[in-house]
Amino acid sequence: MDRLRFYLNDRLIEESALSPTLTLLRYLRDRAHLMGTKEGCAEGDCGACTVAVLEQDGKGAPVLRAINSCLLLLPMVQGKRVYTVESLKEAGKPHKVQEVLAQGLGSQCGYCTPGVAMALLEACHRKDMDEPWKWDAQMCGNLCRCTGYRPIREAVVSVAGLGPRDRFAKALSETRPESMALAYTAGAQRFFTPASFQELWDVLDAHPEARFVVGGTDLSLEVTKRFTEPPLLVSLEALPALRTLEPRNGGHRLGAAVWLTDLEDYAHATCPPLERMLRYFGARQIKNRATVGGNLCTASPIGDLAPVLISLGAEAVLLSRAGERRMALEDFFVDYRRTALRPGELLAAVDVPAQPVGARSLAYKVSKRRELDISAVSAGFRVVVDAAGQVLEARLAYGGMGPRPARARHVEQALVGQPWTEERVEAALPRLDEDFTPRTDHRGSAWYRAQVAKNLLRGFFQETLESPSPRLEARHSATVQVR
Amino acid sequence: MPPPFAVPRTLETSSPLHAPAPHESGLKHASGEALYVDDLPSPPGTLVGHIIASPHAHARLVRHDAARARALPGVHAVLFAEDIPGENDIGPVIHDEPLLAEGEVHCVGQAVALVLAESAALCREAARRVELEYEVLPALLSIREAVAANAFLSEPHTIRRGEPEAALATAPVRIEGECMTGAQDHFYLETQAALAVLEEDGALRIWSSTQHPSEVQAKVAEVMGLGRHQVVVEVPRMGGGFGGKETQAAPFAALAALGATRTRRPVKVWLNRDQDMVQTGKRHPFWTRFEAGFSEDGHLLGLKAELISDGGWSNDLSRAILDRALFHMDNAYFLPNVQVTGRVARTNFASNTAFRGFGGPQGMYVVEEVLNRGAERLGLDPAELRRRNFYREAPAHRTHYEQPVEGNRLPRIHAELMASSEYTRRRAEIDQFNASSRWTKRGIGYQPVKFGISFTTSFLNQAGALAVIYADGSVQLNHGGTEMGQGLHTKMRAVCAHELGVSIDRVRVMNTATDKVPNTSATAASSGSDLNGQAVKAACETLRERLRPIAARLLQVERGEAEGLAFASGQVFYPARPQRSVSFAEVTQAAYLAQVSLSATGYYRTPDISYDRVAGRGKPFHYFAFGAAVVEVEISSLTGEHRVRRVDILHDVGNSLVPSIDRGQVEGGFVQGLGWLTNEEVLFDEKGRLLTHSPDTYKIPALGDVPEEFRVALLQHAPQEDTIHGSKAVGEPPFMLAIGVVTALRHAIAAFAPPRTEVHLASPATPEAILRAVEAARATPR
Repeated sequence: MDRLRFYLNDRLIEESALSPTLTLLRYLRDRAHLMGTKEGCAEGDCGACTVAVLEQDGKGAPVLRAINSCLLLLPMVQGKRVYTVESLKEAGKPHKVQEVLAQGLGSQCGYCTPGVAMALLEACHRKDMDEPWKWDAQMCGNLCRCTGYRPIREAVVSVAGLGPRDRFAKALSETRPESMALAYTAGAQRFFTPASFQELWDVLDAHPEARFVVGGTDLSLEVTKRFTEPPLLVSLEALPALRTLEPRNGGHRLGAAVWLTDLEDYAHATCPPLERMLRYFGARQIKNRATVGGNLCTASPIGDLAPVLISLGAEAVLLSRAGERRMALEDFFVDYRRTALRPGELLAAVDVPAQPVGARSLAYKVSKRRELDISAVSAGFRVVVDAAGQVLEARLAYGGMGPRPARARHVEQALVGQPWTEERVEAALPRLDEDFTPRTDHRGSAWYRAQVAKNLLRGFFQETLESPSPRLEARHSATVQVR
Repeated sequence: MPPPFAVPRTLETSSPLHAPAPHESGLKHASGEALYVDDLPSPPGTLVGHIIASPHAHARLVRHDAARARALPGVHAVLFAEDIPGENDIGPVIHDEPLLAEGEVHCVGQAVALVLAESAALCREAARRVELEYEVLPALLSIREAVAANAFLSEPHTIRRGEPEAALATAPVRIEGECMTGAQDHFYLETQAALAVLEEDGALRIWSSTQHPSEVQAKVAEVMGLGRHQVVVEVPRMGGGFGGKETQAAPFAALAALGATRTRRPVKVWLNRDQDMVQTGKRHPFWTRFEAGFSEDGHLLGLKAELISDGGWSNDLSRAILDRALFHMDNAYFLPNVQVTGRVARTNFASNTAFRGFGGPQGMYVVEEVLNRGAERLGLDPAELRRRNFYREAPAHRTHYEQPVEGNRLPRIHAELMASSEYTRRRAEIDQFNASSRWTKRGIGYQPVKFGISFTTSFLNQAGALAVIYADGSVQLNHGGTEMGQGLHTKMRAVCAHELGVSIDRVRVMNTATDKVPNTSATAASSGSDLNGQAVKAACETLRERLRPIAARLLQVERGEAEGLAFASGQVFYPARPQRSVSFAEVTQAAYLAQVSLSATGYYRTPDISYDRVAGRGKPFHYFAFGAAVVEVEISSLTGEHRVRRVDILHDVGNSLVPSIDRGQVEGGFVQGLGWLTNEEVLFDEKGRLLTHSPDTYKIPALGDVPEEFRVALLQHAPQEDTIHGSKAVGEPPFMLAIGVVTALRHAIAAFAPPRTEVHLASPATPEAILRAVEAARATPR
């Protein structure tokens, strides 16, 4: 039987009796007695537990990534190098990020500060901190209740992309990736990380009740909030085929195990609507672990990737021992948190097709707080307009409006064949009430959801008048950028 | 304008006072070496204390049976009210709050039993096995329901001046209406925590994350039936407090103490985020009905208001919080004819408690709502309307409770801020922008603040300190205040180092502990530096005077010259002959050999304050703090989202003790106020269960919510009389500057309506609230 094996602050750790659903945070505090890493919420919403993990990005290059240790189950760091705030000082000398925080009064009570420091460490070593919006995006996963953030913002501006020659730079250049493969049992709990599909199918044959996991940003909440102990988890993190992220047939293949940070980077150059959705999808720490497949397979009505991908005409690629099958992504969502996946089958990838000539497309996410929040309403729109200004096709997909992400078919019908004008959009909008009966909850009332759903289409029309797929401004006032 | 943080150095250049400095624990925060209660090494055998909380808002506890839980290996005890040896009460002022429920539960989250077991998982398993039978009773789940049921926790408190009825009857412009302000969760990053260890003779030592160690000590002693001398409470530091750990740290410390005594094992009680949010009280929501009368030129001629706060199920500090709301109904404005009445409603929610501003923000919000509506109705610039209503020179400079508004710095602040923020030019530009922008509108708001400094319960205005010098000249400083991030220890260390003329690294500020400084008040009411600073200064002065003759002997100066010796830069010297000096350490060593005591206490009480609650008259405040903000926002009429584009603040902290620390308080306070007024929405379901019980659903400001441009300056050359080194309190006043966000949002919303339309914007101004206000503005007939 395999042991849990990882490096903690450059020391090799091997464990064989711990529950595989023990979180890294609890391990650090309760077992390793490293008390610098704090628990602020145990759900990835505050960042106080942020650590840095040295791993490989989507292109196989070594990177240091800020991750919420409260949502990381121990087997998820198998073979990886984990660094906590205690690793920052070298020979008793504070790290640059620590100096900047202390000198700039970036801490008051100090409880969020270790997590802030580790998010800054990632910023230090990132090579792509070339645009101001990335500073905010880097730090929005770290809540601070004391400072009002101005000094934290100044801290990230001063260290972003600095590339210091510290122990982490050395580790980044010297560390060879180790296998994540794992077959681990402790008590009644098991955790498998197969390294090949053959192994995966064998595990599934033996354990049809197995649950898949990759990043764990959703599933781990069952452990940290509901205190359950899932008996059998199968991680898909070590299957390179699920990591594909590349142009294909004029469109894109997005592997199910692609991290959203990598997808955001990819979409920046290739797919503006997807990039817009990912900007406010979640915190950096979450995007560093959350995956395409995880977001789609949890099949939440407010999963943010679904509307934009549906609007772009994406197809789900499903894989099992029997082979591959494909379906339109909107058909993948069967009902509230239910997908079309069969037992023994997994989502391997999403294929985004080439976009037709004349397409205008954008995506929106509206939530109470711009960053680090869950949608009240989200939307992905693509309208294809011909040279004469007639709508050839409309794909208007919404999240948060019903039990599953879905298209506004009545509105689409009302638009197709009509001139793409403000009058026709206004005339079509009332039909949205036939498509959806949204509910009232703590994120917004039914009235608000219905009103915003319509307004997003109004905004989409205005925004795409001059450019078919405009980018977000650095610090725009609202999800919809129209004056 | 002068550079904002370069305070002129009038004192010895070696003094750390009035100079920017890092937070005393800053590097420890950033390295993870700073220890909080849950980080302290647990003594061997420490048990986990887990609270079984009521699932019902109101119910009779018919039966409880823990036999199946106690039978579980690793479970050491399950304790109920009958297991409490002393008084089953944790109410800080009025004894109306059982520590563990007796027969009836009054809110979801109220503590019913305490499980003690070897791990949190075992506690949860044991809790599942405890049989609790409830008979659900009707619950009061809003202020309106409580008022309808005549359920109150206090009698009405009224402050009245002039003839408001007559003024309202003759005022040319009348406004009446109501407004609500919502609850706010403290969301300190460190949740409630306590560790209790049983010592000899039944004594207890407790580490608590509390703003009020003396009260924790007192409550633990009462609950355990001990004298206070048998309880020592120590506070390492807090990961934020904001008022939430003033009274409400005590129950968790008392439960830990109970558990430790019953099991004879150390016990830690630590709440996870969801438990903390469900079980602890919040900022009081207020419901206010008001009538106001204006002159055509915008003078507020008459105001009547009735404020009802939601106290939750027990008193806690609700009455004092309501009083402070009434005291701040005037904010910065002279109200010639006014009557304000307040009362605390009883509901079936967790007992609401202190939160930065302590009712001040809720009271102030009312008058600002009135002024905003007045300005909208009259078509006046709301900043100008506010200026016209400012307190003026005597006799129109007395508050509605007849305290003179002395040292009113608002006219000066107003003039400087209007100029530095270019308010007038920007307001004109915004109107131009709005005229040409269809979907997006901008708004600008101005917010002055006058805030009374002192505990309004006058006897609380006292503090103590204990300074200890070792023979090597190093210093340990103990004072009664607690460090929750606000930088109190940084300031106290500076005061101490200044008085003794040593460098700050020779002064160690010790954990706050009840065996070092007894009978302290809470670190609250913005008073931490004011009170403890004077006590620290007094203690250090005593020691310095004891050292003076020793130093004079070492320096062989004339006896008459001893008075003139200077203590600075770690040296003692006669200023006329600075080349001849003796080090502080030499002096202390000599003092030790000469058998001179090197430890001393210091004590301070605020002079000349008192208030007659029945008459509604008096001088409850030592002085007033002032500040003002100009806020610019942009809103989307499609989603209701907004962004704060720019904030300019000019704030009066007197001669700042440590300007970098004060700037942090101003910025942090403003952003916390911004949260209260925009996206922090506390919601319950129809059974009184908290829906927003974690950051997943409760949204405090994140980095992207803060102003794009954040220009904060401290008022220069502004020494305050009769305070510690001319400084003024800063913890709470900046919170209320954020009300300017509301005024700015209203300006933007009004751009969708015809002129002179009153805006109807609910609080908090969530995207939905803003969108509703925009839709209402658009629907106004032209």
